[in-house]
Amino acid sequence: MKRIYAREDLCLGCRLCEIHCLVAHSKSRRIISAMTREKGQITPRCKVEESGQVTFALQCRHCEHARCLEACMTGAITRDPATGVVLHNADKCVGCWMCLMSCPVGAIQRGREGHVASKCDLCQGEAAPVCVANCPNEALLFEDREERKK
Amino acid sequence: MNYLVIGNSAAAVGAVEGIRSVDAEGKITLLAAEPDHTYSRPLISYLLAGKVGPERLDYRPADFYEKFKVEAKLGQEVVAVDTAAHTVATKAGEKFSYDRLLIATGGRPFVPEIAGLAGARGAFTFTALDDARRIDQYLKESAVKEAVVLGGGMIGLKAAEALLARGLQVTVVELADRLLSTSFDRAASELLEAALERRHAAVCLGGTVEKVIANNGAVSAVSLTGGRELACQLLVVAIGVVPNVEFLKSSGLKLGRGLVVDDHLRTSAPDVYAAGDVVEGWDFLAETKRPLPILPLACRQGRIAGCNMAGRDESYLGGMPMNAIEICDLPTISVGLANASGEPYEVLAVRNPERRTYRKVVLRENKIVGLILIGDIDRAGIFTGLIENKVDVGPIKHLLLAEEFGLLSLDSEYRKHMVSGPGIEV
Ligand SMILES: Cc1cc2nc3c(=O)[nH]c(=O)nc-3n(C[C@H](O)[C@H](O)[C@H](O)COP(=O)(O)OP(=O)(O)OC[C@H]3O[C@@H](n4cnc5c(N)ncnc54)[C@H](O)[C@@H]3O)c2cc1C
Ligand code: SF4
Ligand code: SF4
Repeated sequence: MKRIYAREDLCLGCRLCEIHCLVAHSKSRRIISAMTREKGQITPRCKVEESGQVTFALQCRHCEHARCLEACMTGAITRDPATGVVLHNADKCVGCWMCLMSCPVGAIQRGREGHVASKCDLCQGEAAPVCVANCPNEALLFEDREERKK
Repeated sequence: MNYLVIGNSAAAVGAVEGIRSVDAEGKITLLAAEPDHTYSRPLISYLLAGKVGPERLDYRPADFYEKFKVEAKLGQEVVAVDTAAHTVATKAGEKFSYDRLLIATGGRPFVPEIAGLAGARGAFTFTALDDARRIDQYLKESAVKEAVVLGGGMIGLKAAEALLARGLQVTVVELADRLLSTSFDRAASELLEAALERRHAAVCLGGTVEKVIANNGAVSAVSLTGGRELACQLLVVAIGVVPNVEFLKSSGLKLGRGLVVDDHLRTSAPDVYAAGDVVEGWDFLAETKRPLPILPLACRQGRIAGCNMAGRDESYLGGMPMNAIEICDLPTISVGLANASGEPYEVLAVRNPERRTYRKVVLRENKIVGLILIGDIDRAGIFTGLIENKVDVGPIKHLLLAEEFGLLSLDSEYRKHMVSGPGIEV
């Protein structure tokens, strides 16, 4: 399946990906409202890590054997059988943090939207994830590397 | 192929999903003692607390059995397994045959001998949906003001929290010198005790309930070690769960502390597999077989057993204890040998009393083997991954408990492996 890959060497740590992610997952889907009225209530699903010179943006890897999915005690985390995308349903989630404990890359966060987990959904409904589409440095790629390997 | 699954919870569901990932057509029949659609067991405390309604209990959607082509026979308790004849018998007198059988009957509450407990109204265990319903009913019918929860483990604390939400005065009684004694140390327990006490719950450590005192057959008080009496109209016994293997005594299946399985989750009889709380699984950190009754492992074992039943060859590499428990708004996570100390272990810890946080990492030969995070739990999964992948963290020891700990703290090769996905290199 197509996944997002980060290129550490090209990332400048500008955090535009976080901002676009936040807007895309806001109610209004508009930058001004997202940053004002909805401020503090939306969690960006992608997270820029920074350490000295190295920065890169991290999101859920949509793992083949997803630890978060097997750890989810309510059934809030599911896999779309058609696309393989690992999805989170906030209406079923109770914020027990079993998934957060289990994700080996630390891609799950405690959401600000309520007492629920928050993770990347690869921007369902968009042509490409907005973090990838809006990175000015091409530090994020959206591609199918399993295909390429075959 | 004729598959038979006993159980209807995390392990059984994992198995159904595993079987179907390999075999789209084989016949799957599922038998479960409980009459309900597959439900999330841990949610029973949320239900009792009134935080989720009955409509949110489903562990899988309402069309699960239909979608996975499962014939679900709910409310059918299995009473015997005949491994030679390849059949199981139910309490209702029916017989079912199988080509491949999965036993996923989970755990049952362990109830110690306590004077006056047997038959007392108002005394409950707390492991099934029916328990939550019965307690709810009792709270509605009787004038309950005070409750005692015996057992300061995960289930006891979950029960205590639910009863607090129902407005009761709650006392947790625990034999050890700390709460969550199998995974917490004193420092971690102190923060949890404080969180409970802020909600006006009481915690009694180092003692147990010696006697249940009843009035007209209903619990009215308990007497603790040392003679102290506590008035209570409700008692929840939550000492622990043990593998539910009683009905297998006559089957000849090899039993240890739970149902014994090999690295493919096969039992001692041909074509019989087992998964979940019922088994004695491999603990790769403690390097021993023992029951590890947690949901992620039940689900994983179920999936692997299901795949193997359907003819794939997948090994179960073992598990380790881990839990995320949030009690009274205090999030906590413990993983692995969180409580180990002395040779050959090395302990790193930071405590911040103002922010009510505590973070501790246990190392063995420069590999992380244990973790406790209280209050500040973000990025916990990275540690879990480091434990499972047995990564040498010697060079980054000083970064482990730093505020900004993340993937960037790690060796770039490991990081690239993690973010690219196993098998795919950057
Ligand atoms: C209150 C509470 C909170 C919990 N919180 C957590 C948590 O936060 N994190 C975590 O990891 N774990 C938690 N657990 C533990 C978790 O629920 C179990 O590890 C998990 O449910 C095990 O799944 P299982 O499928 O092995 O067995 P079970 O869930 O025990 O299910 C057993 C199934 O077998 C059926 N069955 C039993 N006997 C028979 C029989 N003779 N014939 C036919 N069917 C039978 C039952 O009806 C049931 O469907 C919690 C448990 C409780 C009670
Ligand atoms: S949240 Fe973590 S464990 Fe789950 S699919 Fe994404 S990367 Fe994998
Ligand atoms: S926090 Fe939500 S999504 Fe994560 S395991 Fe718990 S219920 Fe599932």
